[in-house]
Amino acid sequence: MGKITLKQVTKDFGTVKVIKPTDLEIEDGEFVVFVGPSGCGKSTLLRLIAGLEDVSSGQIMIDGKDATNIPPAKRGLAMVFQSYALYPHMSVRKNIAFPMKMAGMPQAEQDKRIAEAARVLNLTDYLDRRPGQLSGGQRQRVAIGRAIVREPEAFLFDEPLSNLDAALRVGMRLEISELHKRLKTTMIYVTHDQVEAMTMADKIVVLHAGVIEQTGSPLELYRHPRNKFVAGFIGSPKMNFIEGKEAEKHGAHTIGIRPEHIEIGTAGGSWTGTVGVSEHLGSDTFFHVNVNGFKEPLTVRADGEVDFKYGDKVSLTPHLDNLHRFDKEGLRLA
Amino acid sequence: MARAVSNKTKAFNTAVAGTLAFLMFFPILWVIILAFKTEEDAIRAPLDVLFNSGWTMENFSTVQARSDYFKHFSNSMIISIGSTLLGLVIAIPAAWAMAFVPAKRTKDVLMWMLSTKMMPPVGVLVPIYLIFRDTGLLDSRIGLTAVLMLINLPIIIWMLYTYFREIPGEILEASRMDGASLREEVLYVLTPMAIPGMASTVLLNIILAWNEAFWTLNLTAAQAAPLTAFIASYSSPEGLFYAKLSAASLMAIAPILIMGWFSQKQLVRGLTFGAVK
Repeated sequence: MGKITLKQVTKDFGTVKVIKPTDLEIEDGEFVVFVGPSGCGKSTLLRLIAGLEDVSSGQIMIDGKDATNIPPAKRGLAMVFQSYALYPHMSVRKNIAFPMKMAGMPQAEQDKRIAEAARVLNLTDYLDRRPGQLSGGQRQRVAIGRAIVREPEAFLFDEPLSNLDAALRVGMRLEISELHKRLKTTMIYVTHDQVEAMTMADKIVVLHAGVIEQTGSPLELYRHPRNKFVAGFIGSPKMNFIEGKEAEKHGAHTIGIRPEHIEIGTAGGSWTGTVGVSEHLGSDTFFHVNVNGFKEPLTVRADGEVDFKYGDKVSLTPHLDNLHRFDKEGLRLA
Repeated sequence: MARAVSNKTKAFNTAVAGTLAFLMFFPILWVIILAFKTEEDAIRAPLDVLFNSGWTMENFSTVQARSDYFKHFSNSMIISIGSTLLGLVIAIPAAWAMAFVPAKRTKDVLMWMLSTKMMPPVGVLVPIYLIFRDTGLLDSRIGLTAVLMLINLPIIIWMLYTYFREIPGEILEASRMDGASLREEVLYVLTPMAIPGMASTVLLNIILAWNEAFWTLNLTAAQAAPLTAFIASYSSPEGLFYAKLSAASLMAIAPILIMGWFSQKQLVRGLTFGAVK
């Protein structure tokens, strides 16, 4: 069981309030992703749950028990760090065995679990190597192996993929999702990459300046962002924001429309403009269009390969059902 | 891109460097040569010393007969190893605390400790001498061990501090998450990772303590005198006995030179204060 509850948790470093009073419920077996720009407090929040930092006030409950003052070693959580944090002087086998050794598990059981973890993570041939002799992806697998063997209440991942190259990142992302489906253990995952958040999470927690901006499933956040910050942070490429007369027409201070909710054509749309830079990805094409009367260029997505040249006159049709309206404070208007 | 250096420049640079190295090594070489000459030969013109005189071992037996080498040798061993080990006992917890749980003033404390090394030792000779006299520590190995430990303590703490700082905090946090108690964290994770650093700290401090002359000359007489005092006893006002002085010097520096030779790699790491991996 791994239900984690935060009640009015805060964290100050000196006079800086890194985490403002925060409530959060993480259900058993859930895959929760903390996402936000750097410095938003997401790693601090994870470290508070881990016990590596002490809360300034508030309460952390793990499985209904107050864990606020329990040291990290006793919380029953396993953590995977961004830098992998393997023990460089120990072989892969000893690294994976370390938490079991600390728990005083019988040797036979240790060996069984090491073999099983190595098989799942494709590390069987590397068990007697030192971490220094492994590639980045293998090191991260060892770190995951070290976390799974002790069967923790929950896994904590602190930006585990940011040191890997792009191709490996996609592969490891799938492996971690796969692991979650199989183990059904609570996982809390910190990342600044909203694509990781969208693809992996059951529930996303968007943090900004020490405050939870919104909590919800990836599609909830995508469809109904509570405010402008979440709207801009979730989705790639970013949502377009339009202020001024066009927004007033819709009774809002700002309107937002995602690149995939605008159609591009030669005539017949409600907005006209000229094509700027275009990005051809094969499956999609993104155009940056300077619309007449708008301050900022809009990003527009087209399916497949669409050929508009730099400087071409185009006409845009927004899908009005997918238009987001925000008030002056950036809050969503119903 | 490698910088292009012509072969001529290379040869010239090598020659200059070689000459300078030889000049610096020359006094030691001369001591080694004179140690194997008779007193009469030792004061002849340098070329005669080199090419026109025989070799002898007699200086060593004379020196050993006049003063007990092995007593001074064991004093040196006890004082240098003892002060280093005693220093470690104090420095490891201190450096650990400063590296892993730094406070606001940790940097200032470190600088202040280092600043004590900038003070001329003679400035505190009189008070220390008086304290030693009144507590009966003069000419005792315990007293000397304590003084050498204290004067080298800032260096031991600095070196260990820089080595500990190289150990990533996340690894220690990982061990905490893995269920290690503080004792297990220190025993299984921190110490194995810090051993290379500790080894070079120990080596460097043994050498520093072995070569320390100011305090050993001023605070010892016959009983606790280490090898530095033993060498000094051969420069007497009645005249210099070059050959015997050289033999004594060679006997005093040989052990530490041999140790230094075998632990060069560790020492280089030690002297760069952990700056190079």
